[in-house]
Amino acid sequence: MKIAVIVFPGSNCDRDLFNAVNDLGGVAEFVSHRATSLAGYSAVLIPGGFSYGDYLRAGAIARFAPVMTEVIRLAKAGYPVFGTCNGFQILTEAGLLPGALKQNLSQRFVCKTVALEVTNNRTPFTSHYQAHQRIDLPIAHADGCFFADQETLDRLEDNGQVAFRYAGENPNGSLNNIAGVTNAAGNVLGMMPHPERAVAAVLGNTNGQPLFESLFATLQEAH
Amino acid sequence: MKVRIFVTYKQSVFDPQGETIKDAIHTLGHEEVEAVTVGKFFDVTFADGASDVETSVKQIADQLLVNFNMETYDYQVMGD
Repeated sequence: MKIAVIVFPGSNCDRDLFNAVNDLGGVAEFVSHRATSLAGYSAVLIPGGFSYGDYLRAGAIARFAPVMTEVIRLAKAGYPVFGTCNGFQILTEAGLLPGALKQNLSQRFVCKTVALEVTNNRTPFTSHYQAHQRIDLPIAHADGCFFADQETLDRLEDNGQVAFRYAGENPNGSLNNIAGVTNAAGNVLGMMPHPERAVAAVLGNTNGQPLFESLFATLQEAH
Repeated sequence: MKVRIFVTYKQSVFDPQGETIKDAIHTLGHEEVEAVTVGKFFDVTFADGASDVETSVKQIADQLLVNFNMETYDYQVMGD
């Protein structure tokens, strides 16, 4: 069960995702943005970074990369697709997730560890967390203010599509304190925090581990 | 033919840069300024004889330049 880590020009968290998966017992491989097939992969991870220099809007150009046609095909077919930080921005720009990520309310790049609530632990990525579990994860972004119109927000809340919420300070002005959302089907998750940076005890935080363990369990069940 | 496409946040979307710039303008002494909106513009030059430029402009804006979750746009035909 191979997991694809997509590498765009300007991705800079691809190796963190790759290491997180492989260190926790999964099998990840890097896949170029130029790839035209994702055959053989059971899940897709889209890393953080500054794909295409954040030109136009964060994530706006990445959606035109050849590999995205395949990412969209897999997402629509129900495969687990996950994006963190710039990956979240790319998934919203590609129309796979609702809403958009605006510039932080503070207009500053924010790099710190924040408190989160696992709002929905019934997704392919969060099943190994407890319901409403409080966790800490690092964030590092300038454009992380989740925005959607009221109708969309209401729909997300009603459908349980809010997977993670900021539980302490809201670091970027996100509406409803939203840190991560899924699509309506639940198989696509995007979040601004970086679980892949919190998987090693030696680095002082393992709160990201259950996300990858949830994904592995999902893939094993599907197998 | 050149077309200038303006992209801004929708009116309902808070524009933190605009607010900050407005505050700075007030500091300059121009208390009469009520609002500032920050946006961006794109000068798009079409080849001579290109047909149905306005339809192309709309497609380019709709499919690439504008994120309709938060933004809106306008455009102006600038001539040659």
